[in-house]
Amino acid sequence: MRDAYAIELRNITKRFGKVVANDGVNLSVRRGEILAVLGENGSGKTTLMNVISGIYYPDEGQIFVHGEEVTIRSPKDAFPLGIGMIHQHFKLVDVLTAAENIVLGLEGPTKLDIPAVATRISELADKYGFEIDPNKKIYEMSVSEKQTVEIMKMLYRGANILILDEPTAVLTPQETDALFAVLRNMRDAGNAVIIITHKLNEVLALSDRVSVLHKGKYVGTVETKDATVESLTEMMVGTKVTLDIDRPDPVDPQVRLVVKEITCVNKEGVTTLDHASFTAYGGEILGIAGVAGSGQKELLESIAGLTPKESGEIDFYPPDQPMQEISKLSAVEISRLGIKLSFVPEDRLGMGLVGPMDMIDNMMIRSYRKGGFFWADRRSPRTLAEHVIGTLEIDTPGVTTPVGKLSGGNVQKVLVGREIASAPTVLMVAYPVRGLDINSAYTIYALLNVQKMRGVAVMCVGEDLDVLLALCDRILVLCDGRVAGIVDARTATKEQIGLMMTHTGKGGYRDGEDETRPA
Amino acid sequence: MGTIVIFIQKAIGQGMCILFGADGEILTEKSGNLNLGVPGMMYMGGIAGLAAAFLYERAVGAPSAFVGFLLSFLAAVLAGALGGLIYSVLTTSLRANQNVSGLALTTFGVGLGNFFGGSLSSLSGGVGQISVATTASAYRTKLPLLSDVPLLGPILFNYGILTYFAIALSIVMAWYLNRTRQGLCLRAVGESPATADAAGINVSLYKYLATCIGGAIAGLGGLYFVMEYSGGTWTNNGFGDRGWLAIALVIFARWRPMNAVWGSILFGALYILYLYIPGLGRSSQEIFKMLPYIVTIVVLILTSLRRKKEDQPPESLGLHYFREER
Repeated sequence: MRDAYAIELRNITKRFGKVVANDGVNLSVRRGEILAVLGENGSGKTTLMNVISGIYYPDEGQIFVHGEEVTIRSPKDAFPLGIGMIHQHFKLVDVLTAAENIVLGLEGPTKLDIPAVATRISELADKYGFEIDPNKKIYEMSVSEKQTVEIMKMLYRGANILILDEPTAVLTPQETDALFAVLRNMRDAGNAVIIITHKLNEVLALSDRVSVLHKGKYVGTVETKDATVESLTEMMVGTKVTLDIDRPDPVDPQVRLVVKEITCVNKEGVTTLDHASFTAYGGEILGIAGVAGSGQKELLESIAGLTPKESGEIDFYPPDQPMQEISKLSAVEISRLGIKLSFVPEDRLGMGLVGPMDMIDNMMIRSYRKGGFFWADRRSPRTLAEHVIGTLEIDTPGVTTPVGKLSGGNVQKVLVGREIASAPTVLMVAYPVRGLDINSAYTIYALLNVQKMRGVAVMCVGEDLDVLLALCDRILVLCDGRVAGIVDARTATKEQIGLMMTHTGKGGYRDGEDETRPA
Repeated sequence: MGTIVIFIQKAIGQGMCILFGADGEILTEKSGNLNLGVPGMMYMGGIAGLAAAFLYERAVGAPSAFVGFLLSFLAAVLAGALGGLIYSVLTTSLRANQNVSGLALTTFGVGLGNFFGGSLSSLSGGVGQISVATTASAYRTKLPLLSDVPLLGPILFNYGILTYFAIALSIVMAWYLNRTRQGLCLRAVGESPATADAAGINVSLYKYLATCIGGAIAGLGGLYFVMEYSGGTWTNNGFGDRGWLAIALVIFARWRPMNAVWGSILFGALYILYLYIPGLGRSSQEIFKMLPYIVTIVVLILTSLRRKKEDQPPESLGLHYFREER
């Protein structure tokens, strides 16, 4: 029964330049079914969903909707096919009401009849078990209410194939339960629902079938009732790939940074980091693993003095000097105290470098306070820029070229080069090889190893478990803002870390009983 | 009593000119375009209307007031819309900086007005000699009968057609913005163009149309000044800072056309208040002329303190929208 499939994808391939985001992916959803699409970060889940909703156009492959082949070139093509996508970032107008947002852009009589719209919204809400106030302004709403408006927007337009991209990432457990109840009602009413997630417990609780992607490739689809946490983890992390990354043994590890029970709460009141504790040693690379948004960013930023902390303590042990507590200091105060802490943020051209400025000026961001009382010292940053270009083999027309014009790998080298130049005691890098080609990635690994051998405490947030297992000495695994454990990278397995990342795993050690502590 | 009636009449006379500018700018800003070219567009509308009427009256032996009215009205609307079009091409298509483009448009429009004002003067035989009395009489025709009603007549019905047009326009705009589908789309474009785009709204089209129509409305403000207020004459720089007052009024009215109506009359009253206060020297007059701006600053402070979302400017005001930019 072919047309039993609400939507079917065959051999979808999508490339971005040299990067293959989706490689021959097959996927199908029946009416009255919830399909979970599972995969690690960067496995191509969101790209695939954007192909369905018309934001990207696939390079190869076919899409069938209710058994008929279709071409979806833009979101406008997707609406009439009944495809509605709810993005992670809501597209709503803050000063308008829920009802106004829902009818925005729809055809109809010139005069807008908001009471009629509100009635229709209430009908739909009753049908699926929503709570929604059509006349409430978006800016007065909680995240979960906004999500409800987004879902309602799709239903109001008559969508019967709903795609939700990580819908529970921003919700509390109670809100998640309410959302799942709504999604089940939608399924029972004959709609097809696709939910993208990397939370295994949600997959098992909600879905009928699970399709797994790994690094852009389609791994397979299983019935949820036949699946277990272990079997799904195995599919999700894939088989171990041996990487030829150099890993010298740590020499004389010294305590450099002690983090005690750090808790962070973000603007929305969500706890992003929950009593996280660990110790970083000089002369080793500490990997930080976790699914996206598990608190990696907050962990590094709270150490760097960029994110306010609710509670907890961070102690810094400089070589041959007394310990300093840096928990309550801002980034400026930390650098003023002469604490050599370097941070290579994930957002290179937003937080790390200024794109339209050249290399000299970007080097000066670190050193502009030096120099005379009025004139800035431009000579030493120029020397430094030339030195960095030489040693890191940066491919650039010259030191005066805006860094935003360089390729991703070279931008990263400029940033890492600048941070290393200040001879840090602690070096924190977030996703250092994201978007880089293989050769640039290996250059960066080599740079990190050089710092490690200099006795620097290196902390590296990564998403590729193979790389972390090959590069790091120890790996700290975060799950929902908590430290799920710290494992020895030389003996740990991908499955072990995968299970710890997704909450359910045991193994590893809480930091208090850290047996992987270097001798 | 008589003085008060005249004061109200004069205040409304000053206000309507500003109201046109403010209405035009409200429509423009609702699309997210901060067009500081309003003073320029008002100049352009004024001089175009005057030139059309002047050339028509010169070319025809016995000019008809009605034809002169039509021609000058059309010319003012087109000139204002042209200003909006220049601005739209610069900011929406070429993504030039909105503030710089707007200020350039003002400089251009004022210069254009003064230049052609000078040309028309020489054509008519000297400074202060331009007169399009026939056309101006059409604009200055008062409502028959009603204007003779005691008290109410002089206050409410003693004005030319553009005054009533300005108020009707404000009512229509308020209805359009708040009660129609297109108005909702326009507001969405100004608040969050990315959201509007995702909802299938043609963002650039809305920006272009709102800015050009807004320009045309602002142009009518210039026409009002030339025809109804000045009676069909031209003085270089005679328009003064009314264009900037219009922009101040937009903020004062918190982007609501109906607020702009009473706000414009208040601004007009404050603008001429110094004439009615006895014993003012030249320097103290200038202090009174600042009143509308002071009131605007007070409103800005109050709305900032109250932090009510509805009283804030459209969220993407002054920003470009480019879909591929993230």
